[in-house]
Amino acid sequence: MTENTRITTVIDADVNRPMASLAELRLYRELVWVMVQRDIKVRYKQTVLGLAWAIIQPVTMMLIFTVIFSRLAGIPSDGFPYPLFVFSGMLAWNFFSSSVSTAGVSLVGSSNLVSKVYFPRIIVPLSSIGVGLIDFLVGTLVLLVMFVLYAQSLSLNLILLPFFMAGLALVSIGMGSWLAAVTVTYRDFRYVIPYMLQIWMYLTPVIYPVSFVPENWRWLLYLNPMFAWINGIRACFLGQEFDVTGIIVSLIMSLLIFVCGMLYFNKAQRRFADII
Amino acid sequence: MKPAVIVNGLSKQYLLGSEIIAGQNFREMLAGMLSAPFRKFKRLRGKDETQEAFWAVQDINLEIQPGEVVGIIGRNGAGKSTLFKLLSRITTPTKGSITYRGRMASLLEVGTGFHPELTGRENIYLNGAIMGLSRREITARLQAIVAFAEIDQFLDTPVKRYSSGMYVRLAFSVAAHLDADILLVDEVLAVGDFAFQQKCLGKMKEVASEGRTVLFISHNMAAVSRLCTRGIWIDKGSIRMDSDIQSVLNHYESEFLENDLADYSASASEGAVRLQSVSVLDASSGEAGSVQIGNSCRVVVRGSARQPVNNINLALGLYDEQGHRLCLLDSEHSGHHLECRGGDFEYVCELDMLNLTAGRYKINIAIKDGRELVLAVERVTAFYVVDPLAAPHRMNEFGPVLINYRWSGPKA
Repeated sequence: MTENTRITTVIDADVNRPMASLAELRLYRELVWVMVQRDIKVRYKQTVLGLAWAIIQPVTMMLIFTVIFSRLAGIPSDGFPYPLFVFSGMLAWNFFSSSVSTAGVSLVGSSNLVSKVYFPRIIVPLSSIGVGLIDFLVGTLVLLVMFVLYAQSLSLNLILLPFFMAGLALVSIGMGSWLAAVTVTYRDFRYVIPYMLQIWMYLTPVIYPVSFVPENWRWLLYLNPMFAWINGIRACFLGQEFDVTGIIVSLIMSLLIFVCGMLYFNKAQRRFADII
Repeated sequence: MKPAVIVNGLSKQYLLGSEIIAGQNFREMLAGMLSAPFRKFKRLRGKDETQEAFWAVQDINLEIQPGEVVGIIGRNGAGKSTLFKLLSRITTPTKGSITYRGRMASLLEVGTGFHPELTGRENIYLNGAIMGLSRREITARLQAIVAFAEIDQFLDTPVKRYSSGMYVRLAFSVAAHLDADILLVDEVLAVGDFAFQQKCLGKMKEVASEGRTVLFISHNMAAVSRLCTRGIWIDKGSIRMDSDIQSVLNHYESEFLENDLADYSASASEGAVRLQSVSVLDASSGEAGSVQIGNSCRVVVRGSARQPVNNINLALGLYDEQGHRLCLLDSEHSGHHLECRGGDFEYVCELDMLNLTAGRYKINIAIKDGRELVLAVERVTAFYVVDPLAAPHRMNEFGPVLINYRWSGPKA
């Protein structure tokens, strides 16, 4: 018999028992990757351009932003070519926003799975984050090509990119799983999430530099847990200085969001199959 | 050996929706509209006291040993599927607990984890991963899964282009080949053709013989009786009976039929003739609902008539599980004269030797007054012919007719 025979599983009405242990998540670790593959495959099935869409979309957005905000509105870009400036910020922001928006509806979208078969539920929003990560990597390649076209050199800051990505993933997972769980019960969030993300983007220095915000209002940026990650990732690519205070504040807030998101998800998942 | 599954005081409560009564006048309507979001919020949170509670499963206690094949039967809405959802961790219990050893695989609905856009191959990997298998483990089983499902040439076609039969075959095949220690199968054999049903039953039998535990929900009584050793009858969320499969099936079917029969016959004949029961009894053991192969048996028809029926004729039609008529036992045709003076009656049809092989058979009844049909009931009862010596997986090879025969040779 298999090694699994030795595993004893207990299911009971105890609300505080986590439904999936870390050991169990290890057992299911391949599922995350399989689900990411599924989402990516499904996204480009029966399309002519296929994976090219992952490049066309952000490049078009960058062109639009460049025309509107740089040419027409005259927003500064810390002395860097605006397309480079905005694309590096957008890259980070898009990872967050696409992860969170797909994670938000991921459970409701997988209702056929959730109501018919058991697996650790957290894997559903987690794999949305994985899809965001793949998009991020594709975007990074585009950005590197742009660096070559603009004859800009990369800085050593780039070695810190994994740290900032980890921080960004932390908020994304926290927000994503909380929204996924809350959308199962209150479908209103399906409509709330796109607005929320759009407003949030304008409150975060994505299309404008920090220096664009008046000095005595800058403390407000620290209240935004996304601030240090977006700013930091851009600093990695462009070689700007890091804002250490901002990083610490964002890190604390991100951890808080992560923990709260996980706790809420764990509590809410007991009802998923009944109400989805 | 330790039990494979232990269920302790398991209960599951659902909240039923109750209609919110709209306000009668404009003021109430306006107040109702304003308070609606708050009421809905309460309801979605599951804290609405006006909602009625419903116990889908109530205080179930079970112990299942490794290698047991358990058939779970009961009427629609009795709580069978809720029990499976609890066992397979899809939903959590309101009270009680479940403890099980090993890995559990469930097939609660056909093609559960399939994504229509993905190919058969991709879906096999996806499904395997959902059930907790690694890529390597699935690759090792791929050949067997594909061969069993008979979809070789469609392996790289999106499953949305599959026929429903192919879909079922693949889904069952994946679940059956995952080497789970406990396999839950919920009424999936209703779909798929007869040959494949037989193949699935054979596979489940094989799984059980390897010492794995199988729990099987089905309304197909023949399949249940063939496959399972133990039967559990769920009624209104609780266990009504837990015993060997044959006696559970007999009790279940006789009650199920008797309840409906009196009502049905009364309304069908406008009360002229009311049938109480039609039962098949083994002539030597006297047991109802099952006859030893080769034994003689009796069919007893009980009921009552409001008025005398002058030229009463009774006819029993015997059918196999697929609905083919095997024979007709007609009192008029055989020239037996029956009487009906009104009031309670009991007619007996004696069958000297039941020339049927092991399996499940159904009986239709028609009661006539001369040429005029008084009452006809289809599938009025069912019975089993049991053969303790038969190999279960070869059951359908033999056909329904029992013939005494001898082989000899070689002849010089």
